[in-house]
Amino acid sequence: MEYPLPFEKYNNALKNNTLLGLTCRQCRKITCPPQMACRECASFDLEITELGGTGTIQTYTIIYVAAENRENEVPYVIVLVELEEGPWIMGELCAINPDEVGADIIGKSVKMGNRVFPGDKYSNGEAARPAFYLGD
Amino acid sequence: MRKVAIIGTGHTDFGFNSPKTGLELFCDAATEAMAEANVQSKDIQALYCGNGLSDFSEGQIMIQSYIADSLGCRNIPATRFEAACSSATVAIRDAYMWVASGFYDIVLVGGTEKATAMGTALATRTFAMGTDARYEFPAGLTFPGFFGLLANLYASKYNVPFERLRRQMSLVSVQSHSYGVNNPHAQFKKEITVDKVEKAFMVASPLTLLDCCPFSDGAAALVIASEEKAKELCDTPIYIAGVGQASSGMLSSQYKDIPRLKARDISVKQAYDMAGVGPQDIDVCELHDCFSIASIIAAESLGFAEFGKGGQLWENEETRIGGKIPINISGGLKSKGHPIGATGASQTVEIVKQLRGELTSQKRQVEGAKVGLVDTLGGDGIICNLILKKEEK
Ligand SMILES: [Zn+2]
Repeated sequence: MEYPLPFEKYNNALKNNTLLGLTCRQCRKITCPPQMACRECASFDLEITELGGTGTIQTYTIIYVAAENRENEVPYVIVLVELEEGPWIMGELCAINPDEVGADIIGKSVKMGNRVFPGDKYSNGEAARPAFYLGD
Repeated sequence: MRKVAIIGTGHTDFGFNSPKTGLELFCDAATEAMAEANVQSKDIQALYCGNGLSDFSEGQIMIQSYIADSLGCRNIPATRFEAACSSATVAIRDAYMWVASGFYDIVLVGGTEKATAMGTALATRTFAMGTDARYEFPAGLTFPGFFGLLANLYASKYNVPFERLRRQMSLVSVQSHSYGVNNPHAQFKKEITVDKVEKAFMVASPLTLLDCCPFSDGAAALVIASEEKAKELCDTPIYIAGVGQASSGMLSSQYKDIPRLKARDISVKQAYDMAGVGPQDIDVCELHDCFSIASIIAAESLGFAEFGKGGQLWENEETRIGGKIPINISGGLKSKGHPIGATGASQTVEIVKQLRGELTSQKRQVEGAKVGLVDTLGGDGIICNLILKKEEK
């Protein structure tokens, strides 16, 4: 059985600010990021679906010590966002001064764009990540 | 399944910039364990070796095979276990099962790591390989970042005022250092204060440098034998009474459970059920304090505190010797050090010594300890637990 939503397809869509996920034909729940089986019921009966890319911040951290070759990115803010469709997804919180970010951002609404990690010598090529912006 | 015992332990110093190779460190620990167990190379039937990153730190894969050969255990089956920071505990669980099944009578198990040669940037990069490479590392996730996310989620989900959680986390690090001072193998033998933890530089908010375990080099090893062989060779066999292991997906996929890690709930229940004990029966525990908040989260899932209240154990000094549940009397990963592939073996060596009652001279003995728990976390969701028991005379 083919992987229902390969990274390549997910990544190409994300680069156009479209977030793809999977709808389960058995339980109707959404899985995102993509997996082989439904997060809820483990069914393989999944279809690709376009998600809205909006949600609320559930938690955050500000990174000051980065991995090799990403030192020039610090400080930056990572957030876990609960998407309107249910799943949580990790991304970067952009267009904000990291030094001004505190616990009061938890619960705030965000909408999604993207930024591309160009990859490094250990990664299998580039990967877009959700870039989140405050505001409805 | 047969009863299985630990009959020998070995542990190198943990520290920065070891001049030895990962193989040499393992051999130092292994020969100490073999001498203690009264076994020789020819007696070892298989080797189980935890190792996370020798590919990157030394340009060496299949280190386990070269270790076996160097030890004179020629041509035995040797297997490397990679489960990030839980590599060695997973190796011990497998070693246990091969002996319990009757397939082998005496095996050598342990772990080795040389992380510091990589330097902070590459070490941070390789440790971040224990996150999802396609869906989460691109967002910039680092290992401290993983626990920074959980710390802020913890405060918000359990309604713990941040200042209180901040102090609880600091107390975890302070306690670890206060015991590490007395552990001859510890990387840091230096007391720290709450104030120092809070004023150290920020790594991944809210975690400062002193909330984080260090990068370390070191090894630890154990000889494991069937009950029959153990009684022949050893006066104080320590039995592996329960084992558990579970895994998870990437951090965001765990959204229904975090900050608690469901894999731990599942793994430790397997171990408790198998050993026929519960949290109230544990006399001493080594748990995976890669970050201060990680200790609090772990203590709750292991059953030592209600969810949202784990930090109160440290506030009330319940985690010290004499408290309700002595935790990380070795100094923990924070003070003893965290050579990732060796950590689970190091935790297990510590519990064995506690149950044998050998730590009085180090002023770290939990008097009368009979049942001990090992808890190790790999990446964002491999958990392995062991319950060790001293035989009642
Ligand atoms: Zn489903």
